[in-house]
Amino acid sequence: MEKPSIYIYDSARHPFRPLEEFQQVFKYRFLISQLLRRDIVTRYKRSVLGIAWTMLNPLGTMIVLSIAFSQVFKMTEGYPAYVLSGLMAWNFFSQASNASMVNLVWGEGLLKRIYMPKTSFALSAIGTGIVNVLLSLIPMIIVMVAIKVPIKLSILFLPIPIIVLAIFTLGFGLIISTFAVYFPDVAEMYQIVLTAWLYLTPIIYPEDILPSGIKLLISTLNPLYSLVKLFRIPIYYGRMPTFVEWAVPVSFALVFFIVGWMFFVYRSNDFSQKI
Amino acid sequence: MSYRIKFSNVFVNYRIPSEKIGTFKEYMIKMVQGKIHHRTFAALQNINLEIYHGEVFGLIGRNGAGKSTMLKIIARVLTPSSGRIEVNGNVSPMLELGAGFHPELSGRENIFLNGALLGFSKHEMDEKFNRIVEFAELENFIDAPMRTYSSGMWARLGFAVATDSQPEILLVDEVLAVGDEQFQQKCFERIESFQKDGTTIIIVAHNMSTISQKCDRVCWIDHGEAKFIGLPDEAIQKYRLSQ
Repeated sequence: MEKPSIYIYDSARHPFRPLEEFQQVFKYRFLISQLLRRDIVTRYKRSVLGIAWTMLNPLGTMIVLSIAFSQVFKMTEGYPAYVLSGLMAWNFFSQASNASMVNLVWGEGLLKRIYMPKTSFALSAIGTGIVNVLLSLIPMIIVMVAIKVPIKLSILFLPIPIIVLAIFTLGFGLIISTFAVYFPDVAEMYQIVLTAWLYLTPIIYPEDILPSGIKLLISTLNPLYSLVKLFRIPIYYGRMPTFVEWAVPVSFALVFFIVGWMFFVYRSNDFSQKI
Repeated sequence: MSYRIKFSNVFVNYRIPSEKIGTFKEYMIKMVQGKIHHRTFAALQNINLEIYHGEVFGLIGRNGAGKSTMLKIIARVLTPSSGRIEVNGNVSPMLELGAGFHPELSGRENIFLNGALLGFSKHEMDEKFNRIVEFAELENFIDAPMRTYSSGMWARLGFAVATDSQPEILLVDEVLAVGDEQFQQKCFERIESFQKDGTTIIIVAHNMSTISQKCDRVCWIDHGEAKFIGLPDEAIQKYRLSQ
């Protein structure tokens, strides 16, 4: 016999929702791992190259960009490695935030009928992103060896920038998925936002080409500037980040995470009200 | 007799925009113009209700009267705006069978995915797996992708996953239409045996003969208020008179 479950909800004294959501997420960890598995398996099931796409996709983009821009950005040493390391971080952010939105919209029908922690969808999207980013490290290292960019021990530090980026992406993904539940056009608008955002972040161009005024603007207002940089430092630059290079992206990540989590958890009780 | 579900002074208010806004763009424009107004819609008003152990309880009322809101509260999909709800026991909703299956995954993978959506752990699903396959009669197809399944096979697997272990509370929101007649019989038998073993069943139906045959007690809801709680025939009569 399974343990009896008792559910009591009293509007006069209910638990602090954002914390309760954490507990439920832990209880439903099997669901999150199953959603993650589904995302990875179904993405590659019917393609010949399968999982290799995860590695070939950024590699292809990198080659195209290198052919197009390596003359323009001659002063950037090892341009292909510069682009690829930036693209890894960028793809993680753009794909995972987009997937949190798509997953939640997919699950909406279920959410009206059965209980599950609603953050599961965003969490599994982030998990899928982490798997993909780890896989794309393989082509990254191959490229670095091929174009003779030295690989330093600092690369072992990479998991931490990945975690910081994941926390930011989760917070941001939760905010946009909340809007996407209510408005179907948000998903489409987001594609345009992403394109603009990519060009407002030094990913395919070196940050030194920015005029100092614009650089200041981007580095303070665009969270991805410091997040992508933190990601790039241990691979491409082969060193450890300084205190400021740390503090800025970590604060961005924490603020977005806390705001996103609270906003989503409080709004999500209303998702099932939609008629 | 002990109660399984207890509503005490439950109110649910929906905040809905006074006009339908389809897109985010439209929303932002209207917000800037100050044209966004919300009104409060009382979906449930002061519901006090106890549903007992092993009871078959029916909910009737017009569309939009609050029947599905009641189910959502019991399934803890929605929390009351005020009041208290107590649910003793695990709740199993009869989903639109097979919602949540993915066509590219095999039957085996989908069993685990769907079980996870229903809140089961890995360990519980390992234990259930063989019984589910056997009940759904899909032994030979379990490793084929679900897109190759017929709609009957699809529904059979959905039913088998959802009802493998006996729930304490079963929510039935629509008429059961699963596969062929023989399998439908098997489904009804399973539900009946749950009922004999003490499962509380809550039915929302528009078909009054189902309600009067199956239910022990019925609640008639109108405009979010429980107008009558009692014997099925009496409730149906009052409901019909109001129309």
